Amino acid sequence: MPYLTAFITGGLLCVAAQLVVNLTQLTPAHTMVLFVSAGAVISGLGWYDVLIEFGGAGATVPLTGFGHALVNGILDGLNQKGLMGLFTGGITGAAMGITVAVIAGYAAAVLFDPKG
Amino acid sequence: MQTLGDPPTPNTLWFSSEPRLISCGSVVGPKEGAGPLGDHFDHVCSDERLGERSWEQAERRLLMAAIDHCLVRAKLKPEDVQVLLAGDLMDQIVTSGYAARHHNAPFFGLYGACSTFSEALLLGSVLVDGGYRKTALCATASHHNAAERQFRAPTEFGAQRPPLSQWTVTGAGACLLGAEPVVKDEPCIVVESGTIGRVVDYDVADPYDLGSAMAPAAADTVLAHLRDVQRSPEYYDLILTGDLGRVGRDLALELAGGQGVQVDGERWQDGGVLIYDRSQNVRAGGSGCACSACVFCGYVWRLMRSRNLRRVLVVATGALLSPLISKQGESIPAVAHAVSFKLV
Repeated sequence: MPYLTAFITGGLLCVAAQLVVNLTQLTPAHTMVLFVSAGAVISGLGWYDVLIEFGGAGATVPLTGFGHALVNGILDGLNQKGLMGLFTGGITGAAMGITVAVIAGYAAAVLFDPKG
Repeated sequence: MQTLGDPPTPNTLWFSSEPRLISCGSVVGPKEGAGPLGDHFDHVCSDERLGERSWEQAERRLLMAAIDHCLVRAKLKPEDVQVLLAGDLMDQIVTSGYAARHHNAPFFGLYGACSTFSEALLLGSVLVDGGYRKTALCATASHHNAAERQFRAPTEFGAQRPPLSQWTVTGAGACLLGAEPVVKDEPCIVVESGTIGRVVDYDVADPYDLGSAMAPAAADTVLAHLRDVQRSPEYYDLILTGDLGRVGRDLALELAGGQGVQVDGERWQDGGVLIYDRSQNVRAGGSGCACSACVFCGYVWRLMRSRNLRRVLVVATGALLSPLISKQGESIPAVAHAVSFKLV
């Protein structure tokens, strides 16, 4: 069952992104920023946890989940370190996503011969 | 917006000495070789990289190979070429400039985006017809992967291709024009006239829909040509636009019809539609400098030689955008030049 709900949640987020790509003139970069920002806003309103409750990884893995991780990190940082946490918390919260992206990107560059 | 087909001055040049199309050469990549015209090209490369280090170097090799095929067929040496007119889609047209290092011919590098092929033919005809040059070699090349990197994103980025987008042709075509007299009993093809296109902008700003951006320019030049030479479209066995694709060609036909010139779809073909099969996942069709060049130098030239086509109007179309300027939200101006060939 968690697999199904994750599939539905993640799939619908991707459908939304695909509609933005197909129906608007926004570039892929615009679309990505839009989804990170949307995730952050929804998280700030406190609704993103409801989505994670239902969809699990289907909600955390897509880009909106990255926005949520940023906001969550900032709120945690604010609680623990006060004003300083406002600046450090975001990256701390998103460390997982950023580090995986860097390591995976590096590994792909080492293992494969980029031709594009 | 300009009224299509109504430039204030006649822009058609008559070539009274009728420069001869002596020879053609065409080389394509594997995808083009697998397309409906695959059998007509001089050489189909099995590897997109052509054994080179980069896509840009592969594109250069394509251009050089097409020139070689053209010269070998004409039994001429590189030093017999009195002027080389070449262009491509890379920044600073490096493919042509670097390829020209290997030829001692005086060189003009041209940029008219995908209209470069007929731009080169037109200027080559002027130089030969004017008696300034005895031979003029006109060549263009493009490479899908190099063009993706230049205009959109490297192919490895894996960007999605929207439904109206087109697939840049990997290939090159070369034509040798010369002042040679017509030989009796041989199928001789000559350039009889050409129309210089003007820049037309119908406010299409989507860089993934170049067919729609170029269609008005194609219609404008075809209509202006027909007006200047006082002919109906039926005079031509084939009107070949360069790379409008399925969307753009239908729009161009509609635009011409709107100005009272009905051309039937069989007579007006498009290189971007002809070169790939729908099953090849190319969305709206082919595009690129090499699209018109390969289709003409490979397919149409053979049909003319075998006397299956006698009068052909080649109208290569170019979208004059750059990645920078389209990111700034500007619309896409386009240009098309027409060159009229006839079999004598």
